[in-house]
Amino acid sequence: MLSYATKRALIAIFTLLVASLVVFTMLEIVPGDPARLMLGMNATEDAVHNLQQQMGLNQPLAIRYFSWLGGLLTGDLGKSYTYSVPVFDLIKERVAVSLPLAAISLALSTLIALPVGIFAASKRGEFSDTLAMGVAQMGVAIPNFWFALLLVYVFAVTLRLVPAGGFPGWSAGFGVSLKSLILPSIALALPQAAILARVTRSALLEVLGEDYIRTARAKGLSRRQVLYRHALRNALIPVLTILGLQFAFLLAGTIIIENVFYLPGLGRLVFQAITQRDLIVVEGVVMLLIATLILVNLLVDLSYAAVDPRLRRRS
Amino acid sequence: MKSWKLVIAGVAVSLVMSSASYAAKTDLVLGIVLEPPHLDPTAGAAAAIDEIVYANIFEGLTRIGPKGDVLPALAESWTQSEDGKVYTFKLHKDVKFHDGTAFDADDVKFSLDRARGNTSTNAQKGLFAAIDTVDVVDPSTVRVTLKQPSGDFLYNMGWGDAVIVAPESAGTNKDKPVGTGPFKFNSWAKGSQIVIAKNPDYWGKPALLDKATFRVIPDPAAATAALLAGDVQAFPVFPSYESIPQFQADPRFKVVIGTTEGETVLGMNNKKPPFDNPKVRQAVARAIDRKSLIDGAMFGFGMPIGSFFPPHHPAYIDLTAETAYDPELAKKLIAEAGHPDGFKTTLKLPPPTYARRGGEIIAAELREIGIEAEIIPVEWAQWLDQVFKNKDYDMTIVSHTEPNDLNIFSRDDYYFNYDSPAFKDLIKQIDATSNGAERTGLYQQAQKLLAKDVPAAFLFQLPKTGIWDAKIKGLWENGPIQANDLTAVKWLD
Repeated sequence: MLSYATKRALIAIFTLLVASLVVFTMLEIVPGDPARLMLGMNATEDAVHNLQQQMGLNQPLAIRYFSWLGGLLTGDLGKSYTYSVPVFDLIKERVAVSLPLAAISLALSTLIALPVGIFAASKRGEFSDTLAMGVAQMGVAIPNFWFALLLVYVFAVTLRLVPAGGFPGWSAGFGVSLKSLILPSIALALPQAAILARVTRSALLEVLGEDYIRTARAKGLSRRQVLYRHALRNALIPVLTILGLQFAFLLAGTIIIENVFYLPGLGRLVFQAITQRDLIVVEGVVMLLIATLILVNLLVDLSYAAVDPRLRRRS
Repeated sequence: MKSWKLVIAGVAVSLVMSSASYAAKTDLVLGIVLEPPHLDPTAGAAAAIDEIVYANIFEGLTRIGPKGDVLPALAESWTQSEDGKVYTFKLHKDVKFHDGTAFDADDVKFSLDRARGNTSTNAQKGLFAAIDTVDVVDPSTVRVTLKQPSGDFLYNMGWGDAVIVAPESAGTNKDKPVGTGPFKFNSWAKGSQIVIAKNPDYWGKPALLDKATFRVIPDPAAATAALLAGDVQAFPVFPSYESIPQFQADPRFKVVIGTTEGETVLGMNNKKPPFDNPKVRQAVARAIDRKSLIDGAMFGFGMPIGSFFPPHHPAYIDLTAETAYDPELAKKLIAEAGHPDGFKTTLKLPPPTYARRGGEIIAAELREIGIEAEIIPVEWAQWLDQVFKNKDYDMTIVSHTEPNDLNIFSRDDYYFNYDSPAFKDLIKQIDATSNGAERTGLYQQAQKLLAKDVPAAFLFQLPKTGIWDAKIKGLWENGPIQANDLTAVKWLD
């Protein structure tokens, strides 16, 4: 067990190191000078040069990489070129928006998708199945920014129940902050729910075709009992895999929804940092995401080992 | 079951109640499209910085007023020597920075010397190039000696880049700006909003608002929704031209289409064949129908220009006829230049919609006279690197939004690669002239020369599309500089 866990952990650390090198070099060769961008079209060459020096951009690439890597090990992600504040603080502020948003959307989409998927699978081929899957197909097809705008016009512009966008900050109060996340999480959750419902249905149908299900039915269990006791549990594995992928997407891939609702989330931070060539911020966020993914994978690997004794014995 | 219904009803009622509590009439929420990178106007070119701090938080010796005129600010008055080289500024007394430190002549010397010094990162260092020495005569008097007379000096001192900062806070202004203005910095939630509050100890006429919030809304559709929902009450530079008619028809809003200093041009590389031939440049300019360009790319907002000068300036002359739309003449010119069958070229377009949409229309119009322009979209960072710095381009579209920037055509090594001794001489004369009538004459000569030489095709002046609640008064209608001066803004009862 220990050797399996150690091996997994070592692989994770090695992956992180390789990722840091790839991320750093790839971003550093992107054309465009953050100092020139900051000072604009009228700037004199010496002013640009002075700012490059202030930003530490005139040092050789290797030195910058190792000082950045050294910082990473101590939790120091460096200082943003544009904002001139620690990257760590910037990310912390954005995670305080993106994480709750991702969590609420995920919870919402699961709450919608699982019952719909199970219902559709249990009524396979009937009209209600076709209807549910038709609606889900539409949910996949409708662009979420368009759906988001529709929500804004109904609930913010016409009914004025919630703000059209923005995030007041958790310090402004739990209620108002939560309220500003309602529409964005619905807009994010519905397309995800549509995908998840379809996956749930097909996973369940596949399991329902297995031999052991027939055995269970032959033993005299009702359709319902088979569905919930034997099929659902096994069908949950692909569903959980999709959920994990969706969570990673929701954390940083929600830039379009963040734009429509002008939310200060991680996605917009990365986007803005790329256009402003604030590369140290991009590097910081990307490393954070990679680390999160690796950590999740590591936990999954370890939990497999805990569940499946064959994996333990093999090493 | 019943209790559930009660809970839902309760939530609905509380949601309605909380959104019904409108802000008191001394705060204002303004929408801005771009978030500033930081808040120190002496260390960055982004207009978004000045749009928050100019005249509100920071002040200079002089300031630019809503009509583009030079007004006194921290300097209550000044005198100029006979030879035009020595300015003596009388400063306001009892002025304090927001952190409580006193303002005096030493701060002026510090700020000007810092901006023009060896380690300066001022984006407009050129504004201070004429200064020879800055001397403190007494705590409320500063004497600035110039190397040569400069007609623009007082105007230059009114730029956001020339504001007066204190040595105690200059290093931290990026994150916590400390100025002398009628508003103090309050908070900045990055990516979301910046809040400024009234400075109760202001030396001059106090602000009428208690609090102003600048909310960052980059998406045009979101900007429209935010105004309609009442989340923001003013959008001084509204980004979604296509939604403007909707607001014009709505009596709750006031829509003001003003002018700016943004001359939008089709830049051509004057040293790169075939654009080194003035006939080719004229042909390109003649091939463009400014009206269809403004209608198509700008939804009709924007004023056609025939040279590089803002239409609201007293010295402006309309030269659009010099290069009026004439595709037949354009074809003739291009044949005379030795390209009877046209040629292939490229058009690099930065991200703003005026460039991307405008570029497509212009490329289509150029095709009519045989020029095949391949469109290459670029990011700002790439544009600055490839087009601006390395001059690796054939044609590009960009708006020059800085005020008083006629002299860019006289700069060596500027991206147009335009090199005209006659124009350089005119700019030198303008700079050395402070007499109004004489300057006007020289400005007009310069405009005519550019309209004739066509170093770039002059397209249109960017509009300032302001939309705000009809009950708000005092926001600037025009944009002589990129600022949101809130000092006179108030809500009507």
